[in-house]
Amino acid sequence: MRPTVLIVVLVALLVPQLGGADSGADLYLQSCVTCHGRGGSGVPPGGKHFGPPLQGVGAQAADFYLTTGYMPVQRADQEPVRKSSPFSDAELRSLVQFIGSFGGPPVPHPRPERGSVSEGLELFTANCAGCHQVAAEGGLVVGGTAPTLADSTPIQIAEAVRIGPYLMPRFTRKQLDDRQVDSIIRYVQLAQHPDDRGGWGIGHLGPIPEGLVAWLIAGAALVGVAAVIGGRAP
Amino acid sequence: MIRRATRFLDERAGAAPFLRKALRYVFPDHWSFLLGEIALYSFVVLVLTGIYLTLFFEPSLKDTVYHGSYEPLQGQKMSEAYRSVVDISFKVNAGLLIRQTHHWAADVFVVAIVLHLLRVFFTGAFRKPRDYSVVMSVPIVGASLAVLVWGAGYPGIPSFEGRMYIAHVFLLPIAIAVLLSLHLLLVVARHHTQFPGPKRTERRVVGLPMVPGYVPRTLGLALAVAAVLVLLGGLVQINPIWQWGPYSVANGTNGAQPDWYLGWLIGALRLMPGFDVTIGDYTLVPNPFWGGVLFPMLVFAFLFAWPTIERRRTDDRDVHNLLDHPSDMSWRTAVGASVFSFVAVVFLAGSMDRIAVSVGVPYTWQIWIFRAGLLVVPPLVFVVTRRICSELSERKWSEVEPSMARE
Repeated sequence: MRPTVLIVVLVALLVPQLGGADSGADLYLQSCVTCHGRGGSGVPPGGKHFGPPLQGVGAQAADFYLTTGYMPVQRADQEPVRKSSPFSDAELRSLVQFIGSFGGPPVPHPRPERGSVSEGLELFTANCAGCHQVAAEGGLVVGGTAPTLADSTPIQIAEAVRIGPYLMPRFTRKQLDDRQVDSIIRYVQLAQHPDDRGGWGIGHLGPIPEGLVAWLIAGAALVGVAAVIGGRAP
Repeated sequence: MIRRATRFLDERAGAAPFLRKALRYVFPDHWSFLLGEIALYSFVVLVLTGIYLTLFFEPSLKDTVYHGSYEPLQGQKMSEAYRSVVDISFKVNAGLLIRQTHHWAADVFVVAIVLHLLRVFFTGAFRKPRDYSVVMSVPIVGASLAVLVWGAGYPGIPSFEGRMYIAHVFLLPIAIAVLLSLHLLLVVARHHTQFPGPKRTERRVVGLPMVPGYVPRTLGLALAVAAVLVLLGGLVQINPIWQWGPYSVANGTNGAQPDWYLGWLIGALRLMPGFDVTIGDYTLVPNPFWGGVLFPMLVFAFLFAWPTIERRRTDDRDVHNLLDHPSDMSWRTAVGASVFSFVAVVFLAGSMDRIAVSVGVPYTWQIWIFRAGLLVVPPLVFVVTRRICSELSERKWSEVEPSMARE
């Protein structure tokens, strides 16, 4: 009984590990190589397919773009949007590991519990709210859309701050150190589950939904009351 | 009981003639006449909740550091004004409920004013002898917008904030109250209008007397307005400033918007083509003037001038105490609907950025779609409204007097 269990556990642990590097390279050949080139050398624009080199971007960028579903994209000039990844978790891990082997920074390990939510709110308003909106609901920016951070994980936020995906600026450690990034993540976690002690949050967008409520709920209700207690016939 | 009370008043103040008139005042009965009352009662709720808030609000831009119970703001630098509103929301008994009710009352007040204005326009209630009651209501709307705008907080030097605050809590509300009273006095002096009907003539009003018929009804409406506003105040969050963080000029948030009743100005600013009037290097008229000042002035001028325009066009200088059915006045109804649709399109354009994010239509496309809408929608609305009105009107007349329709 015992040895069997042990073997099963060992196999279960080893199979993904063994398959890891291999299947990472295979997945890369299947899904990435047309635009990013062999060994992450990149494909210059001009043809139908093109894409930046991946040498030096590291597991950090690979993990961000793949776990958010931004990559793979169908067309290189498209703004990537968040979607569920076509890869399984195990496939994602091996692909990230494979792209990381081209060199570059590793996947960061943020510790939001170290950060201060108050400092996070301050930093977020100063550095992020201009595009992502103060309650992290996202918004329109020149040339694209700053996405909502409703589904962003702490690791993805830490990655995005350092790599500056798509239109977003990149923040160096001098501009925002890791401790400050932890605070920002704490704040985003709060914004994902905000303190709505006023009641129904109506999207945390301010006057647009508020105006809708004023017209469509209060206005409609009170016109209804008027119609009931007032006369109908002329 | 009423008899005893009136006798008491009459013996001491000689109020019998006035009271007799007031208690027997006849209110014509139609649901649309209640829209103005909804505005009135929203204003009452606005004032009552506002009085409570003045007890706790600090109109000061002096810096302070927050040490209250809300963790995400602890240790942050902010103005005394902001800190006091956070305290109203979290510390003062029923503070958040009253604050939210106050804000909803403001939003709903303007909704009711717009509805009331549409009712007065489309039924021809603005005609002589009520043309001046209408002229009266323009400053009411102006003062209301002013008080609401300044209530939203105004950046500037500390003493400026103090003066704005006095304007917001004292001068402008009193101005609105005085103007509203004058408006109501004029309404009473010329009496309410009514729709035409059996026994209803230009000289005879049919309806409910103040006592016993109308008072319970209007009290019921007042309570319904208060109920809706307090329910919203308790259940639907409005302007959660603790989530926005302290105001700082440099830190704008994406998608910042004014309250809904200024949406049409934002829309106009966004749709206005980019040009300004310059003399050499000197900008005489900057671009925001067109959308932010000229456009609303034109809309108000239209409302202001309409009674005169219509009098000139129809050459009708008679006194009118009976209202029109909108369908019988197809020209007026069509012009009004068309102008209203123009303002509505501009208003919707005020949320183009959010439409782009949630629906995905690119912003630059929307600018052109809305601009095209401004050219296409109002004429279309004019034609369609006119057509619907004349058909409704014909059908009604053929029902009322088949012989006339045959001729």
